Amino acid sequence: MSLRIFLPRDTTALALGAENVALALREEARRRELSVDLVRNGSHGLFWLEPLLEVEQDGTRLAFGPMTVAAVPGVLDALAGEHAEHPLYLGPTADIPYLQTQQRLTFARAGIGDPLCLETYRKLAGFVGLENALGMDSQDIVNVVTESGLRGRGGAAFPAGIKWQTVLDTPGQQKYIVCNADEGDSGTFADRLLMEADPYQLIEGMIIAGLAVGATRGYIYLRSEYPRAREILEVAIARAGAEAYLGASIRGSGNAFDLELRIGAGAYICGEETSLLDSLEGKRGMVRVKPPLPAIEGLFGMPTVVNNVLTLAAVTTVLEKGGDYYREYGTGRSRGTLAVQLAGNILRGGLVELPYGATLRELVEDYGGGTFSGRPPRAIQVGGPLGAYLPESQWDTPLDYEAFAGIGAMLGHGGVVVFDDSVDMAAQARFAMEFCAVESCGKCTPCRIGSVRGVEVIDRVIAREHPAQNIALLHDLCDTMEAGSLCAMGGLTPHPVRSALAHFPEDFS
Amino acid sequence: MVDHTDGAIADCIAQYRAVPGGLLPLLHALQARLGYIPPDSVPAIAKALQRSRAEVHGVITFYHDFRDKPAGEHVLQICRAEACQAMGARELEAHAKASLGVELGGTTADGAITLEAVYCLGNCACSPSVRLDDQIHARVDAMRLDELLADLAGGVGR
Repeated sequence: MSLRIFLPRDTTALALGAENVALALREEARRRELSVDLVRNGSHGLFWLEPLLEVEQDGTRLAFGPMTVAAVPGVLDALAGEHAEHPLYLGPTADIPYLQTQQRLTFARAGIGDPLCLETYRKLAGFVGLENALGMDSQDIVNVVTESGLRGRGGAAFPAGIKWQTVLDTPGQQKYIVCNADEGDSGTFADRLLMEADPYQLIEGMIIAGLAVGATRGYIYLRSEYPRAREILEVAIARAGAEAYLGASIRGSGNAFDLELRIGAGAYICGEETSLLDSLEGKRGMVRVKPPLPAIEGLFGMPTVVNNVLTLAAVTTVLEKGGDYYREYGTGRSRGTLAVQLAGNILRGGLVELPYGATLRELVEDYGGGTFSGRPPRAIQVGGPLGAYLPESQWDTPLDYEAFAGIGAMLGHGGVVVFDDSVDMAAQARFAMEFCAVESCGKCTPCRIGSVRGVEVIDRVIAREHPAQNIALLHDLCDTMEAGSLCAMGGLTPHPVRSALAHFPEDFS
Repeated sequence: MVDHTDGAIADCIAQYRAVPGGLLPLLHALQARLGYIPPDSVPAIAKALQRSRAEVHGVITFYHDFRDKPAGEHVLQICRAEACQAMGARELEAHAKASLGVELGGTTADGAITLEAVYCLGNCACSPSVRLDDQIHARVDAMRLDELLADLAGGVGR
C-alpha cells in the first residue's frame, strides 16, 4: 500500500523550501523502496508551519512541520514507528488549535487537496452553489446575495447585493464580471491563498455573478507579483472550460460565460476599481471620476460588477447554503466571516477565518502568539498601507467595519501587520507618503503633489526644523488630501500618517 | 537580431490587435519574448491598435513592470512594504544595495543582476520576502540573500 503524503505547492510553502523537501522525499522514498503518493495540495494558511507535510493514516491526516530537507529521513522513520515522538510532529492537522478554532466557510477547502483537481472540488461541495443558481432566475440569485448581508471584501465593504442589483437593472449589450485580484496591500495574502488553494471557488463565484446580472464575460485582473497564482488560474480556467463550466453553454444550461485572466503590471493603484477598469481597457491605470459608477458604466462603458476575490468566492457559500445561513455569522452590519491575515512581526503568521467581532488582541495574541522577534509589540497596522497604526489602547476593538470606522481606522481587506518596539513611527509615517508618491496615478493634485510635499514636511519634522509649525503644516496637507483626492489612495494616505502622529508623538520629537 | 526583434513585435501585434483592451497583454508578451519593450516598437503597436504613439508610450511608462531596455540576467526584487519593514526589510535593502553596488533600478556592472523594489509579494506571514526571477523567497535576512546570490554566481541557478 502506498503512503499518501501531502505537501503544498503554495507561494509561501515554496518560498520556505517546499520544492526541495518534495525532491528529498521522492529521493528518500525511492532509496527505501517505499511507495509514496505525493499530493501537492494548497496551503491551509498556517504559514508559520510551512512547509507543512501531512500523512494520511486510517483516514486521519497527521501533520509535521515546518519541514526541512534534513528532517525527511527522520519523518519517514517516525511514520514506520512512533511518530508522536518526532520533534516536528504536530498531531492530526484538524486538531491544531490555530485551525480547529477557526470557522471556515470560504477557506474550508484550502489545503485539503490538489487545487486543480475538479473531482476533489466536486467531492467537497464544489459547484453546488452554481447548480442551485442555474435553477433560479437572475432576480432570485441577487435576492439571496442581498439577504446574506455580504459586503465587498476588498476594503470598501459595499453591499454586494446592491451592486449586483444595479447591474441587473441597467440595460447593456454586454455586461461584465470583473474580479479584482490585484491584492496589493502589504499584509494581505488571503486572495492569493484562495486562488492557489481553491481556484474553482473563485471561478464558480464569477459564473454565479454572471448568471445573476446577465453578464456573459468575465475577467480576473491578477497582479503580476503572483506568478504561482497565475499558473494555477491558467490551468483551472482551461480545465473548467474543458468540462463546460465555462463557454457557450454552462453545463448544458444554455447560459454562456467566458472567463479571461489578465495580468497587471506592477501598479498598486490598479487595485482601485476604476483604475483597474482603465488598465483592462489597455490604458494607463488612471482613476475615473465617479459617478458614473462602474455598475452603470464600467468596462468598455458597459454595466460591470467589480468584486474582490473573496466576495465572489463567498457567493458560492451563499448560494449553496442560503442567505440566512451566511447571515447568521458575524455582528452588527458585518455579516459572514472575515479572513484575517496575520503578518509582519508575528510568531504564528497565517490566515484566520472567523465571524466578524473578534478583537484584534485575540487575533494577535491567541492566534499570532505575539511577535516573531520576542520583543513587545508596539503598533499594529490594519487594512493595508492606507490603514491606521493602532496603539495598544485600541487593540480591544472588535473586528467589524463600523467599530473600526468609529476609532478612525479601517478594517479594509483584513490585513494585520504587527510591529515590535523597535519600530520608528516617524519613518512609517514618512513611508506612507513615499508610497503614495510612488504609486499615485497622478490624476488629482492632492495625491500627486500632496504626497511629495508630505515626504518633505515629515523629513523636516524628523530633522527638527520648526517641528511645531511643520506638524501643523502636515495636518493641513492631510486635510487637503482627505478632502480633495479623487480616490482612496490620496484620501486615506493621511490615515497612517495621522495615527502615527496621534498615538506615537514621542517618535516625532 | 533586428529580424528577431521585428518578428517578435509583429507576432505580438498579430496575436493581440483584435483583443479588446489588448495592449497590456501585448506588452507583456513582447517583454516576455525580448526582455524589454524596444522604443522602436511603439509606432508599429500604436498604428495596429489605432492609438497614438503618445498613448502607447504613456502606457509603457505608467507601469513599473515594463522596461525600455534589457534588464540584467536575473532580476532581484526586494519587498519594501510594511509587513517586510516590520521584519527588517530596510536593512535587507541596504545590504543588497551595498553588496551589489547598485541602487534600486540599477544593474550590476557585469550585467548579472538588476535590483528592483517591489511592494508586496503576498508572502507577508513569513517576511522579509524577495523575488529572484519568478521564485519568491521567505524569511530572507542578509545571510540568506548572500546565499541566494552565491548560488546564482556559482551557476546553480534556482
